[in-house]
This record gives sequence, structure tokens and C-alpha cells, in this order.
Amino acid sequence: MNQELVVALAGNPNCGKSTLFNELTGGRQHVSNYPGITVERKEGFLNFNGFRLKVVDLPGTYSLTAYSLEELVARDFIVDEKPHVVVNIVDATSLERHLYLTVQLLELGVPVILALNMMDMLEQRGISIDVEKLSKRLGIPAVPMVARVGKGKEELLRTIVEMARTPRNPSNVFTISYGPDVDHFLHEMEQLIDEKKFLTDKYPSRWIALKYLEEDRQIIEKGDATDKEFSEYLKSMAGKLADHIAKTLETYPEAIIADYRYGFITALLKDGIIQRQSLPGRREFTDTLDRILTNRFLGPIIMILILYLVYTVTFTYSEFPVELVKRFFDFTARVVTRALPEGPLQSLIVDGIIGGVGNVFSFVPLIVLMFLCIAVLEDTGYLARVAYMLDRVFRIFGLHGNSVMAFIIGGGIAGGCAVPGVMATRTLRSSKERLATILTTPFMNCGAKLPVYAMIIATFFEAKRAQIMVILTLFSWLIALVVAWILRSTILKGPPTPFLLELPVYRLPTVKGLVIHTWERTWQYLKKAGTIIVAITVLLWALMSYPKPPEEMIQNVKSEDKSRVELEYSIAGRVGKSLTLLSHLCGFDWKVNVALFGGFAAKEVILSTLGTAYALGAEGEDKETATKSLSERLKNDPQWTPLLAWSFMIFVMIYAPCMATLAVIAKETGSVKWSLFALVFNTLVAFAISTAIYQLGRVLGFS
Amino acid sequence: MEKRIILMRQMSKGQRGIIHSIKATGELGRRIRDMGLTPGTPIEIQGRAPLKDPVAIKVRDFRLTLRNNEADYIEVEVEENDS
Repeated sequence: MNQELVVALAGNPNCGKSTLFNELTGGRQHVSNYPGITVERKEGFLNFNGFRLKVVDLPGTYSLTAYSLEELVARDFIVDEKPHVVVNIVDATSLERHLYLTVQLLELGVPVILALNMMDMLEQRGISIDVEKLSKRLGIPAVPMVARVGKGKEELLRTIVEMARTPRNPSNVFTISYGPDVDHFLHEMEQLIDEKKFLTDKYPSRWIALKYLEEDRQIIEKGDATDKEFSEYLKSMAGKLADHIAKTLETYPEAIIADYRYGFITALLKDGIIQRQSLPGRREFTDTLDRILTNRFLGPIIMILILYLVYTVTFTYSEFPVELVKRFFDFTARVVTRALPEGPLQSLIVDGIIGGVGNVFSFVPLIVLMFLCIAVLEDTGYLARVAYMLDRVFRIFGLHGNSVMAFIIGGGIAGGCAVPGVMATRTLRSSKERLATILTTPFMNCGAKLPVYAMIIATFFEAKRAQIMVILTLFSWLIALVVAWILRSTILKGPPTPFLLELPVYRLPTVKGLVIHTWERTWQYLKKAGTIIVAITVLLWALMSYPKPPEEMIQNVKSEDKSRVELEYSIAGRVGKSLTLLSHLCGFDWKVNVALFGGFAAKEVILSTLGTAYALGAEGEDKETATKSLSERLKNDPQWTPLLAWSFMIFVMIYAPCMATLAVIAKETGSVKWSLFALVFNTLVAFAISTAIYQLGRVLGFS
Repeated sequence: MEKRIILMRQMSKGQRGIIHSIKATGELGRRIRDMGLTPGTPIEIQGRAPLKDPVAIKVRDFRLTLRNNEADYIEVEVEENDS
């Protein structure tokens, strides 16, 4: 058995950390969530020189404070799980900012290797770095790399193994000076902490003192729990320093500490480590591209084209594979139907299980293409520009510039899908904006709502087809944005998360990165959401099939009426009937109710259930004629007026997301609570608006 | 040539300056400093989004964008040619 070495990868976002991780571990990786939170934990393995390396890709962070979940996760992993080596990957072209994290890692007293990535970009930027000197001054090994082509990988691995085998001197922790005032306090606190052995089993004493000065929530909480009295004493010392600094320098310790860290880095680099050559008249590629892509006039036009392209690629290219998946499951269903005797078991397997699994897989082509498109936009650096250009608009509603991606994919251009839409919110890092986006994406007109609209429009508004589709599209945006605004000013209230966003250098994505990224997400969808979707499909099937009406009830009805009677007698039918008490306010009878209930499985089911309720769509009839005859029936039903048609369409647009979407919401928010919220809240909103439309319409004399 | 201290919001495209002070505290203050916006740091305004907000700047060899109301916490020393 090989000895296992744990290696943590730490670094800023956009420094090539994922590229290095993929390069090291290839396809052999495992993604999970840290317990209880939605931050991803990625692990992979590789063998090198008789060692088995477990590589953990920590979340990309700029710092190691207690302000964000990502930073806490990274810090806790390093401290609690004590990796043998922390590889800190930095972008050599903007070393100054990247070393800020390095300094903090060193202060934690952990074994660090500096991986200097993107060394190939230095020359064209006119920068040269004295790697050896940098390594010497920081007291850690530094490995020059070009992660995207795997250059420097061997040397990095050798350095990792070498470092893991070298015994470390724990008292020899890297320190920097924070100026005479702070240093004095730090030194005093450090000695007291050492004497008391206060938290020193985990953290270096100077680091603990620093964290008290920075008022780090997590460390102070731990300190309070360990020795309340001493912790209070440290707090009072920190308070004294804060007062002193406030008086003399008009600032506060946390700010001074950051300033000195950067000051240290700037001085270090200036001291012969970085040489710059000015390259006159040479504009950086990214600057040139930004001039076009974020231009006041061209920028928005290009953005609309690109978003439209993402939409088209996702939904056009998925058509064929989705059709294949559907046919495969239809075929399987037919084979099983023939193989099994008619009865409840056959129905369970065909309508419940095969239907459910088919439902799960029918989303896969969409998800694959959506993640592929987003990965391209993200890896090239364009996604940050979208946020940059749209932030002003979406901020009004308490959302983020990148919310647009979820809305478009969710059906913002009529015909998307909320499942990949909700998953597309992964690019949002700020939690409240992200949650508001997740909860409002299902209002968009996804592809499954379109056949419902199409049938209703064909029945009642044939002449105004295009206008009505435009109205429905605009209305869904209006609802989504207004509801987002309401959520952000009530239950998701709070100041906007700081926007500060890095605009990374434009780069070509690597095929390997795209493939791994897309596959990983798709697999997670299948594993996590897939099982829930199958379970709920079976449950819904049961609710719509049971209890069976007694023999004598079906005996006398005509064969085409049989399924209607069965549906009416089932739990869903009864619920639909009892709900007419409320639903008559928006004009719905039990048939509509039960159809909407069925639509919870998937919105396209609304039509087929409505057909069954109207005793149509007998076996053997094909879809087109079934829809046609349903349209005929509605036309001739005196209860169905254009007013009811509107009430119905708007209800379908707004009410409870389908259960596949709910499953994904639960997964993305890390809690079933938000799925239940969407289920109840959206239905209430739909009910309120449809009732308003129906009642107001009647008062105004429309029918 | 005269040196003046103005808010980052007031700077024009292409203008350079040196950060004079950061007035933000709490999470915003921390995020601003983590990104390397500390007193004494040279910056250059790269441009503004089509709706004039947010602003994009170049600092410490990388590009960063922040909202105008976040830039309001940042005072910058600029050189001006006053006639």
C-alpha cells in the first residue's frame, strides 16, 4: 500500500486552479458538498513515485477571513485536516494581488509551495520574475508552471513529495511587521497566548493575536468557548489598540493589517524580484477586446447576440438527443407493456418508473449543452463582462448581473427550461441574489408551457398568435423581476452583497476543462436530483391512479369515458373537485384543477390530463389529433371564454414549478425548505393574479 | 500641475491616480482591501459599463469592476492640469 499524502490546492479565483487540479487528477475526481452548506468540495487522486496523492481543490478565495463561507471552508480545511502540503497557485502576471493570500497562508504556519502559473504570459507583458529570489525571500519552494499545457507538473509533484518528507520546525512561523503600534500589541498578546496555550494546538499564537485584532468572528467564538475570561482579556487589548489607532491614524486595525500585508508584498517585489520593461505602443489583447465587447453601443448588441446564441445552442442542438431519449423510453415502455400482464404492476412500471426515469434523462441533453455554453463563457472571461454590463439593470430588483443567464436559460426567450436555468445560478457567488434568482427563474416560459399556450392560443386567439406570445414573454419577465424585488425587500432583505468583481483576462478555454466541468455537473444532477424526480413521479402516478373506482361504476360507462371516471375517482380527482371551492374564483373547474395537478409532474402533462378529464385521447390516437379534439371541446364548452383562457395561461405560467425544478432547487439551495416555499408561494401568486384577471375581466364585461 | 483628492466616481475614463484613503468598513471595506485597493496604490480607470455604472479599473496588474456607490468610499489623489 502506497503512503497517502494529502495536498490542498489554494488560490484566487481565475488563477488556473481548476486547470491545475484537472491536470493533476485527470478524470479521477469526486465532487461533493461540505456538510450542511452548498460550497463544493472537489477531490482527486494520483500516484507519483510510490506515493498516493489525494488532491483537494479548495474554493477559490482572495483572502482567508471569516466573512465568506468559501474562505472559512478553505481555512478550516487547512487547519483541521492538516494537509501534508498546501499548493498555493498564483497568477504570475498579477503576482502582487495573488501573494496576498500566500502571505496569509504562511502566517498560518502551514507547509506551502508556491506554484507560479501562466509563466508563458510574462514575456508579452514585459515582466520578468526572479523565481529563485522570490522563493528564498518567502522561505518556500516556488515552481514555475504553465498549468494549461501541464508544464512544470513533474517538478511540482517532486517538490510536493520532497516537502511532505521533510520534517518541519513548527516554531519557525513566517511573520511580517505591521508597524510599531500593532507589533507591540501583537507581541504582548502572542506571549500571553503562548503561556496559556490558548488554541495553540491548532493555530500559531501570533496568528490568533492577529485574528483578535481583525475581530475575526470564528476565532473569537472559538476563543470564548475555550476560555471565556482570557478571550475577554484579549478582546479588551484589541479594543485598546483599536481606540489608539482610531485616534492617531483615523482607521482601524483590520485596515492597517491589510495595508501592511500589501505593503510587505509591494516592497518584496520591488526589491529585485520583478523587472518590468515598458512595451510602448503595445496594447494588451484583453484591453483591445474590452474596447469592443464592453463598448457602450456595440457591447450590449454583442451581448444580446451571444445570449441568444447560448439559448439557441442549448435548445436547438438538444432537440435531437432529447427526441432520441424520449423514443428510447417510449420503446422500453411499449416492450414492457407487452411483456407484462395488464394491471397495477404494469401501470406502476410503465407509467411510474419508466416514465420517471425517462423524465430524468430527457433533461440531460439540455443540462450538458447549458453547462458547456456557460463553461465557455466563464472560462473565456466573458461572463464577468455580462455581469459588468447588466449589473445596473438587475440591481434595481435586488439581483445580480449574472442573473440574466438563469432567466434566459429558464425560458426568458420563450422555450427554455427551469431545471438548467436554476443550475445556471452557480455562477452567482452572493447568496441572497442567488436565492432570489433561483426562486424567480421558474416564472419564465419554459418549453413545456409552450404547448399549453399554443393550444389555448389556437383555440381562442388564432389571429393574434404572435402578439399574445410577446405579451406572455414580457409578462413572465415582469413577474420574475417584480417578485424578485418583493423577495429582496422582505424575506431576502439585506444590503446588496459587495459587487467587486475581477474582470479576468480573456483566454481560450481548454477542451479538457470544459469536458470535465460539464460531465461533473451532469453527473451530480443525475445522482442528486434524478432520484428525487423518479420518486415523485411514482408518487404522482399513484395519486392519479388510486383508488380505483369500484367495478360497477365502470361497467356501464363507454370505453372512452373509462379513464375519465378513473381520474375523477382518484385522489388527484377528488382533490381537484374539493379545490373548485377556491378555484372557481379564477374560473377553473375540477377538470382544470386535476390537469394543473398533473402539470406538477411536468408542465406538458397538463394537456394530456386535461384531455383525459374531457374523456379524450383514447388509446391509439396520436398527439396531434388529441390536441385538436381537445381544442374543439374547449371551443364548444360554454364555460371556456377568452377571459378564462387568459386566467388559465397566466396561472400555468406562474404556479408551482414542476417537481424536477423543485428537486433542483432543493439541491442548489441545500434545503428542501426553499422547494416547499416555491411550491406554495408560486401557487398563491398564480391564484391571486389569475383571480384578479378573471374577476376584473368579468366586472369589465369581458367574457 | 496640481494635486487634488477626489472620489473614484468622479474620475474620467483613462485617468490615473493614487489611492488616498478607503472609507469603507465591514465586509465592503474588507473586500475592497483584499482586492489590493489600499492607500498608495496606483489605479487607472478602464471604462464604465454602458449604463455608466459599474466602473472598471486597472490595479496591481489586473482588472476590477465595482459599483459607483462602492467607488464612493475610495478617495483618489489625481494630478490635474489646471489652466
